[in-house]
Amino acid sequence: MAKNIGRALFKFFDERFLLSGLGAFAGKKTVPEHQHSFWYFFGGISLFLVGLQVATGLLLLLHYIPSIDGAHESIRVIMSQVKFGWLIRSVHSWSANILIGVLFVHMFSTFFLKAYRKPRELTWMTGFLLLVLFMAFGFSGYLLPWNELSYFATRVGTDIAGSLPLIGGWLKEVILGGPDISQATLSRFFWFHVAVLPVVALGVIGIHILLVQTLGMSKPIGVRETREIPFFPDFIYKDALGWILVLILIGVVCVLLPWEVGTKADPLAPTPLGIKPEWYFTFMFTTLKLIPAHVLSIEGEQLAILGFLAGGLFWFLVPFLDRRAAREKRSPAFTWIGLFVAAYIVVLTVITYTVPGL
Amino acid sequence: MKRPTFASLFVIGFLGLPAAGLAQGNSCLDCHKELDGALQAAAVAFAQDVHGQFGLSCRDCHGGNPATDDVDKAKDKSFKGAPKRERIPEFCGGCHADAAKMRGFNPSLRVDQLDQYWTSRHGQRLKAGDAKVAVCTDCHGAHGVQTARFPKSMTFPWNIPQTCGRCHADKALMASYLLPAGQLEDYRASVHARALFDKKDLSAPACNDCHGNHGAYPPEVGSVSGVCRQCHPSAGELFAKSPHKKAFVEIEAGECGACHGNHKIEAPTNALIGSTAGSACIQCHEAGSKAWTTAAELRSLLEEFESGTASAEVALDAADRKGVEVSEARFKLQDVHTILVSAKNLTHGLDLAEIRKAIVDGENALAEVEAAGQKALAEARFRRRGLVVATICLALLAAALALKIRRLKEKRMAS
Repeated sequence: MAKNIGRALFKFFDERFLLSGLGAFAGKKTVPEHQHSFWYFFGGISLFLVGLQVATGLLLLLHYIPSIDGAHESIRVIMSQVKFGWLIRSVHSWSANILIGVLFVHMFSTFFLKAYRKPRELTWMTGFLLLVLFMAFGFSGYLLPWNELSYFATRVGTDIAGSLPLIGGWLKEVILGGPDISQATLSRFFWFHVAVLPVVALGVIGIHILLVQTLGMSKPIGVRETREIPFFPDFIYKDALGWILVLILIGVVCVLLPWEVGTKADPLAPTPLGIKPEWYFTFMFTTLKLIPAHVLSIEGEQLAILGFLAGGLFWFLVPFLDRRAAREKRSPAFTWIGLFVAAYIVVLTVITYTVPGL
Repeated sequence: MKRPTFASLFVIGFLGLPAAGLAQGNSCLDCHKELDGALQAAAVAFAQDVHGQFGLSCRDCHGGNPATDDVDKAKDKSFKGAPKRERIPEFCGGCHADAAKMRGFNPSLRVDQLDQYWTSRHGQRLKAGDAKVAVCTDCHGAHGVQTARFPKSMTFPWNIPQTCGRCHADKALMASYLLPAGQLEDYRASVHARALFDKKDLSAPACNDCHGNHGAYPPEVGSVSGVCRQCHPSAGELFAKSPHKKAFVEIEAGECGACHGNHKIEAPTNALIGSTAGSACIQCHEAGSKAWTTAAELRSLLEEFESGTASAEVALDAADRKGVEVSEARFKLQDVHTILVSAKNLTHGLDLAEIRKAIVDGENALAEVEAAGQKALAEARFRRRGLVVATICLALLAAALALKIRRLKEKRMAS
């Protein structure tokens, strides 16, 4: 009886969603297995963390109040009075940070395996775009609890945007919704965080996954291994194993180190000493602090920002610039560039937290 | 007419400007800066002097003609020189006691300092011919005078104890007046000094807040409470209604000072009340007397309440460290602290019923905080247990998946 109902339901949906076709595709799809295939899992972990972000973000929306009078208090209520509110908020905040870290690892592993080469240029570009989008998620979400740290870190971040040549002043005012951080800022950060970014990110994620599924996983240059494993169920099981391990990690940090509420932001208070943006922005932040005021008569800060923009554009267009990799030849120059960029980010991030006065 | 050349402008500018400067110069300062010791120090210090900032110069106090470089001509008939020490109050008062003159500089500045000074112990002794006592320059300086608002001024709140201590901590000088010299040391150990020096609380009392400024005089026994009441009005009112008031008058005890001391006023603890050593009560009340028993009871009530407050705070701190949000309970704990301070203050009135009522109110509020603390600790335990259970379940699931992956691999290899 139950079997018959199941068959009937499957038939109903199969006729409408072509499930048999999808099943056949999944059944035939394979993933290369070689010494570097471990790095493939970071894509799946990123997707899992995005799912956690959406789920916990939706739950937080039930209680969060996007006003400068209510935001901090609503976070305090979520953390102390809402059943499992502390867990939901801590998972949201911790997994957001872990997600950015995993995205960096995913991006650099893709870079060093030269997985961006033809025909996966768009996969790389949409992936890079996703990193930028999730950093924007982090920046906009950081202000929402309206605590001292987030308030002043946002001020530091928007001041950096304000020092961009030509458009800086205008851009800062657009981001803030006025000359300084106010209710208008909180409203537009909230709008950006829960409406604009999710729509754009979901669209780009869709394209990214579609490209990964249709083009398959890239095999690194020079790997002769021809072994492949079925995508379903073997690879999915391995992916799921990674998700479970990440989930255990998130559980441990959320229980032992729940995300703090902090002191309510006081716009009239002086900026606390040693204020820093979120860790994934610190390599840029510290560069701006360390660069001399003037370099060859150009303002140092503006030069650094232009450098980061140019570097970002280079990184985005790397599939078209690495011509050797496109011809399936090793490209050590790009490997060295990648190593330099990775070392720069790590060193600058570490010194931000270890050198006093930075 | 010929237009001035660049060279002629240069000559006029280069030679003319110093000449113009000389015309407006001050030969007193020019000469004194070349001298040594105190004569030089006066000229150097005047650069920071408030009088100079108001446009006054040496001649305004000392007379003479600063426009000439000739020493004999500079010390003309109007030259007054340095006043004798016993003449200094009148010397400064020449302007500072003259409302018409002071109006031109600072209309809001008081002009009764000289009158007040003559009422002070310093002024009285000076009039009696003792020139060793403090005069204006001892507290304000002579040529580097600063307003009391300037942090480096000798009369800025946190510099006042040191300024007074220059004489009052001088054992030899004070011995000649049969006065103690330990006030500065005592004050530095007081709760007031901690507020002033450590917390930089400029409203905390320094010497002048209790003794007066220009009219400085030791407060009479009967007026000590009035002095303390400037900042502690509630304690003063309660004391006035208490049975101690009449008794203290009878035995001529200095009200507040009898229990709290004078310069070395320490933060009041429960040890100040009670029937054991260190208590102020046993100075007058005999062991076993009714008052002695009441003091012991008061001490026990306060200690019990205080220890409950401390243990509630410990529970909240522990929950906080374990990541449970307890800010609301901390707000309530602040209320409990306020009640505790209020109950301690009520001891000045010695109304046992009122003190008991305050402590009961406090204990009710404390019970809520304690419950919140215990609930938070229970929540922390629940979270940790939950983490262990969830981790075990997830680890088992991970192990099962790993096993499945291994079997799939074996199956694939076999085929």
